[in-house]
Amino acid sequence: MTSPALAVSPSASARKPARFKSLVTKYRVPLSILALCLLPWLLPSKALAVNVLIYGTVAVGYNLLFGYTGLLSFGHAAFVGTGAYITGIAIGQFGVPWYLAVLMGVIGGALLAFVMGALSTRTRGIYFSMVTLALAQLVYYVALQTPSWTGGENGLRGFTVNKINLFGFEINFLDPVNKYYVLMVFAALALWLVSRILNSPFGAAIEAIRENERRARTCGYNVERTKLLSFTLSGTICALGGTMSALHLAFVPLDSLHYLSSGMIVMMTLLGGVSSFFGPFIGALVFLVMEDVFSLWTSHWQIIVGSIFVLFVLFLPKGIWGTFLTKVMR
Amino acid sequence: MDTELILMQLFSGVALGAILVITALGLSIIFGMLGVVNFAHGALFMVGAYAGLWVASLTGSFWWGLLVAPIMIGVFGMAIEYVLIRPLYGRSIDDPLLLTFGLSYVLVEGVRIVFGSDGIPFPTPSSLTGVVDLGVGFFPIYRIFVVGVVFLVVVLLWLGLEKTKFGLIVRAGARDPTMMKVLGVDISKVWLLVFGLGVGLASLGGVLSGPMRSVNPEMGALVLAEAFVVTVIGGLGSLVGSIIAGLLVGVVISMTALFAPEMATIVMFALMAIVLLIRPQGLFGKLA
Repeated sequence: MTSPALAVSPSASARKPARFKSLVTKYRVPLSILALCLLPWLLPSKALAVNVLIYGTVAVGYNLLFGYTGLLSFGHAAFVGTGAYITGIAIGQFGVPWYLAVLMGVIGGALLAFVMGALSTRTRGIYFSMVTLALAQLVYYVALQTPSWTGGENGLRGFTVNKINLFGFEINFLDPVNKYYVLMVFAALALWLVSRILNSPFGAAIEAIRENERRARTCGYNVERTKLLSFTLSGTICALGGTMSALHLAFVPLDSLHYLSSGMIVMMTLLGGVSSFFGPFIGALVFLVMEDVFSLWTSHWQIIVGSIFVLFVLFLPKGIWGTFLTKVMR
Repeated sequence: MDTELILMQLFSGVALGAILVITALGLSIIFGMLGVVNFAHGALFMVGAYAGLWVASLTGSFWWGLLVAPIMIGVFGMAIEYVLIRPLYGRSIDDPLLLTFGLSYVLVEGVRIVFGSDGIPFPTPSSLTGVVDLGVGFFPIYRIFVVGVVFLVVVLLWLGLEKTKFGLIVRAGARDPTMMKVLGVDISKVWLLVFGLGVGLASLGGVLSGPMRSVNPEMGALVLAEAFVVTVIGGLGSLVGSIIAGLLVGVVISMTALFAPEMATIVMFALMAIVLLIRPQGLFGKLA
C-alpha cells in the first residue's frame, strides 16, 4: 500500500492529462457532493442509494487510517456499530431528539476510537491488525451479553424516526428521497472534513508516517500521537456513518459490530482504491451494487464477492478509481 | 465450591487450551516463516472440521477422519500458498492478509453450498465416550484424548524443528531467507511445506474440536479471534509463547465460566488488553 498518494497533490511532471487530475483534486469536495446529489437518480432503488451514502462515508473515513496513515485496522465495525447503538438507545430508551442522538453517537464512537487507538497503536504492523480485530470482538461480546440495553442477538429495535423538524419545517423521514437528502448533509460534511484533514499539515504528517515511519520520527513528528489522532478521527467518521445507518434502518443488527463487518469496510475501501480521496466511496458503491445484483441470483453471493476481492488484491491492488486515475495520468 | 469441581473445570480449560494451542501454533509457524498472517486460519479450521466429518462418515471411523482430513486440508493449503500467496511476496505486508481474508469469505460460503448453513452434530467416537474416575473427580475421556494428541503433536513438532535437517532449514529461513538462497537452499519449497503444515495444524484442531463444539460454517470466526488473542498474548512467531498462552487462555476462560458465565468470552480479550499495556510485544515476543 505504499504507492504515491494519487489525487492528493498535483505531480511535479504536470502534463495535459495531469491537469485534469489536478483539477479533480482541487475541486474534489464540490465534485463529490455533486455526485452525491445525483446518486439516488442513478441507482435502481432509493434504499440502496442511502446504503451507498452511509458506507461510502464510512469507507472514506476508514481510509484516513488505512490508505493515508498506512495502518490496516480490522476493528472499525466497532465504531460504526457503537455509533448506531448509542443513537438507537438514546432515541428508543431516553426519548432524546434525533440530532442530539446523532451527536451522542458520534461522541461515543470517538471516545471508543480513542481508547482502542491508544491500545492498538502501541503495536506495529501485522500485530496492529490482529489487536484491532480482537478489541472490536470484545465490543461485540459486550453488546451480546447486555441484551437489556442492546437487544443482544436480536439487535436493537424500537426507535423509529418518522418525522424530522428542521427550522420549523416538518419533514417526513419515512420518504426515501427526503431521508437521502437529510443524511446527505451529514455525508457531505464528513467528506469535506476528511478532505480538509488531508490538506492540512496533519495530513502531510500521516502520509510521512505511511511512507517511512522511522524517517518521520527523525524529522521530529510525534509519530505515536499522530497515529492515535488519525485513528480517533477515522473512528469518529465511521461512528457518524453508524448513526446515519441507525436513523435509516430504525434497527441495529448485532452483526454490525462483528469483525466481518470490519472486513467488509476494508474490502469496499480496497475495491475503490486506497490511494485516493474518493476511491473508497466508489468502492462502497460497487460493493453494494454487486451485493444487490448477485443476491438476486443466489443466496451465496458472498462467494462471488469474495472471489472478486481476491482477484483485486492479486491483480488490481490500486482499486477501480485508483487505477482509473493512474491511467488518466499517463 | 468444592475442589473436585474446580479441578474438573481446570482440566476442561486445559482441553480447550489444547485446541487453542494447536490452532495458534499453525498461525505462528506460518507467520514466523513466511511473514504472513493467515486470516483464513479460522475458516480452514472450520473446513478441517467438515473434512473430518466427511471422511469419518465415508469410512465409518472417526480415526480415519482425524488422520486423513488434516493431510487433505494441508495439501489444499499448499495449493493456496502456491497459487494465491506466492505472487504477493515482496509486496506490501498487508496484501497476503487481505487476500486470505477474502479467501475466508469464499471458503465459508463454499461450505454453506456443500453442507448447508445449519450446524451438523459431530458424534464422539464410541471408544472415547464416557468419563473416567481419577480419584479426584470425573474426567471426560474424549478431553483427555484431545490433550494427549496435542501433547504428542507438540513434541513431534519440537523434535522436527530441533533435531532434523528440515527443521534447521526452517529455523534458518525464518531468520535470514536471503542467506539461505545464497547457500543454495530452495526456500520456496520450504515455504510451501510450512504453509501446508500450518494449515494442517488448523484443520487438526478443527477435527479435534468437532465433538466438543458444534460444527457450523460460522465456527471459524470465533476461532480466528481466539487464535489472534493467544498469538498476541504469547508473542507473534514464538512457539513457546503460543503453547503457554493457549493453555493460559483456555484455563482462564473455563475458570471464568465457573464463576461468571456471561464473562467467559469477554475475559480473554480483557487479558489481551492487560498484556498489551504491560508488554506490547507479547509475553515471549521480541521487539520488532
